[in-house]
Amino acid sequence: MSVIYLLISISILIAIGFFIAFITAVKTGQYDDDYTPSVRMLFDDELLKSTKKENRVENNEEKELDI
Amino acid sequence: MDTQNCFHCGLNIVKAEEIIFDEKKFCCNGCKTVYEIFSLNDLTCYYDFEKSPGATPQDINGKYDFLDNESIVSKLLEFKENSTAIISLNIPHIHCSSCIWILENLQRLQKGISSSQVNFPEKKVRITYNPEEVSIKTIVYLLSSIGYEPYISLENYETGTSNVDRSLTYKLGVAFFCFGNIMLLSFPEYFEVKEYWLDQYRGFFRWLIFALALPSFFYSASGYYVSAFKSIRSKMLNIDIPIALGIVVMFVRSTFDIVMDYGSGFFDSLTGLIFFMLLGKMFQIKTYSFLSFERDFKSYFPIAITKINSDSLEESVPIYEVEKGDRLLIRNQELIPVDGILISEKAEIDYSFVTGEAIPITKKSGDKVFAGGKQIGKVIEMEVLHSVSQSYLTQLWSNDVFQKNVIQKHKTITDRISRYFTPILLLIAFSGFGYWIFIDANIAFNVFTAVLIVACPCALALTAPFTFGNVLRILGKQKFYLKNALVIEQLAKVDTIVFDKTGTITTNKKSNISYEGEILSDEYLLLIKNVLRASNHPLSRMLYDYLPILILPNKSANDAKKWRVDAFEEITGKGMEAHIFGHQIQIGSAAFVEKTEENKLQQTSVHIKINGVYCGKFIFNNQYRDGLASLFKNLSGNYQIKVLSGDNEGERATLEQLLPKGTELIFNQKPEQKLEFIKNLQDNGNNVMMVGDGLNDAGALAQSNVGISISENVNVFSPACDAILDANEFQKLNYFLKLSKNSITTIKMSFTLSLLYNVVGLAFAITGNLLPLVAAIIMPLSTITIVSFVTLMSSYYASKK
Repeated sequence: MSVIYLLISISILIAIGFFIAFITAVKTGQYDDDYTPSVRMLFDDELLKSTKKENRVENNEEKELDI
Repeated sequence: MDTQNCFHCGLNIVKAEEIIFDEKKFCCNGCKTVYEIFSLNDLTCYYDFEKSPGATPQDINGKYDFLDNESIVSKLLEFKENSTAIISLNIPHIHCSSCIWILENLQRLQKGISSSQVNFPEKKVRITYNPEEVSIKTIVYLLSSIGYEPYISLENYETGTSNVDRSLTYKLGVAFFCFGNIMLLSFPEYFEVKEYWLDQYRGFFRWLIFALALPSFFYSASGYYVSAFKSIRSKMLNIDIPIALGIVVMFVRSTFDIVMDYGSGFFDSLTGLIFFMLLGKMFQIKTYSFLSFERDFKSYFPIAITKINSDSLEESVPIYEVEKGDRLLIRNQELIPVDGILISEKAEIDYSFVTGEAIPITKKSGDKVFAGGKQIGKVIEMEVLHSVSQSYLTQLWSNDVFQKNVIQKHKTITDRISRYFTPILLLIAFSGFGYWIFIDANIAFNVFTAVLIVACPCALALTAPFTFGNVLRILGKQKFYLKNALVIEQLAKVDTIVFDKTGTITTNKKSNISYEGEILSDEYLLLIKNVLRASNHPLSRMLYDYLPILILPNKSANDAKKWRVDAFEEITGKGMEAHIFGHQIQIGSAAFVEKTEENKLQQTSVHIKINGVYCGKFIFNNQYRDGLASLFKNLSGNYQIKVLSGDNEGERATLEQLLPKGTELIFNQKPEQKLEFIKNLQDNGNNVMMVGDGLNDAGALAQSNVGISISENVNVFSPACDAILDANEFQKLNYFLKLSKNSITTIKMSFTLSLLYNVVGLAFAITGNLLPLVAAIIMPLSTITIVSFVTLMSSYYASKK
């Protein structure tokens, strides 16, 4: 059997695989909210928090110096 | 630095009330408490994402007692099992990334919450919690204490989970899948390669294409067959008939071609056509998930209310169980859900949801109170006269306008065109067939199908969706939110505009205050301002904002701000009395300052008495929206304008002066009368646009051809309507109307363009030269030109002010 049958069958099968993935994604509601995830992924982990706090204290001190 | 903003909520801080905590400045105790809660739980990251993102928590004492009632709670829950429950709460305050962050970290604040997920566009948070460890009431209290008070209304009571219709997305997915793969497999055909090995596989490729076209033909395009069938049955020729005809003929002819080995068929064009048309449909749907266009009184009314039983026990009961003769307890800021008689001595009721009037009305014991008002002040008791569905306001919803599901009020512009298009198309197809049949039966058959295929009005069908979709987005950016694309067509046809008065052409945010009486010295004004600060009455707040901060010559500004009020007493429904700096100051109603007033027209005023001497009164006039006069002047050129008001004629003179001549003013209109008024106009052949705001306009909004609701806060309050307009954009109304007219012009131009393509295609078809390749080129080419043409044109019109 010629290889072209095999190759095209495989390509169609892969395409169908992606198609099924798309349908399940829609079905589970992943496309219902297309904004929140984009914000959520930018949140830092809590571990970074302590250093951040220090930064902010520094900022405040600078502000006070300005005045 | 003079202006300081609160670290939590960003409001200006009044110097005398400033609270400094943890080196941060707060405007009030509420904001400070929220900060404390966050810093205790290591959640101060909240303030890093956005500057001062918070809201001051409101006093909600007792407001959510109904959440103790199991049967009510179970109606609200989305899911419940032994140790897991899920609830979706609507939180109007959600507005920035800080909000998302804090609400998704709720589990740090409260044990028992396992996770929470924010849906930002819908302003909802979905909380999964363990009902054995934490009650829903605790969660609601927690949310309120951090300034995210959920909005729970009667609407939540009836709908558990709503089913989202995703079929269009599926159809589009299927169509794209088929289209893409068929395109790839069609390439050998396009290039007509005559090599041996491609010839050998031709059959395989063609049958594969055929198989791939099946889902698109049977599933994705199914909507067109149904619509075409319906339209034939109702004898209304819509655009879906030639589309469905084209698709079916294309499929049959292509199948025939493949079976007889005549050629490759038109499956590439077929699936492409289906895909592009579905894409247009998708583009036309622009939903604003945080808005609701279907609101009736249910979204305003609370779920439950406190009932006083015969043994004077308080109990939360669902609103629908309230019966005539029940005694109800209404707390501060609670909505009165039914008509009744006031039992308590006095009450202040704010009817702004209903009429748009911001200034509360005072009611005495024995007075009738109507459903829809918001109680302000101390707890009151009332006796029920009618159940919810029979109340004065809610009766409006039993009118026919709200009963029928109005699906198609009018013919769309595309359908009007297709009424001519379809017969002409069939005529051409048959005359082509009739001509060729005498020459060659085979060619005749080809020509007949080719005409139907090439004339399939893909570009025509795409014109309106893409134009309207684009205009819908442009308007949305300018805070004019339309329910759907049909509204644009309706807007373009409007010839009569009816405005509600209070809350629509007037604003309830500001009031035009004038003073009548003896001239007050600067010192007195300052004293009054200081006294007013202690009061929460809406009139006091308005007057406080109105009075300027005066600087006395012999005192510094800082001194002046710190003047303390010595004794202060506020009597609900009357006024307030205070001692400050050795002066006795009384502010309140005419009766309170013992002033007999000649009662001419109803007027809202606050009287001032200092040291026992009557000074004068501040009069609150309606403040008309900015740009009202010029808007009306512009509109009056093209439209008939009418103003409908539920109020008395007190403002007639002012309005007549402000508005252009010929504007009809009608006063004293009840909600049903407003509806009738619109109906009469329509019976006289007018296309009426109603602009309103309160629940009392709901009938008129539903009856009118286009109902626009003006809203100061688009997230929360607006009655059912076709479009919601942000109150700040009110003066742009004329521009919006013009834009909608121009978009119709755009569509007409684009129709001409797409008809040209049809003529070119038909020229190929009628001469029997339509090759699959030609069809495959014409179809996407016309689609792309049409889509870019309408997008450019509508954007151009939008930028033209």
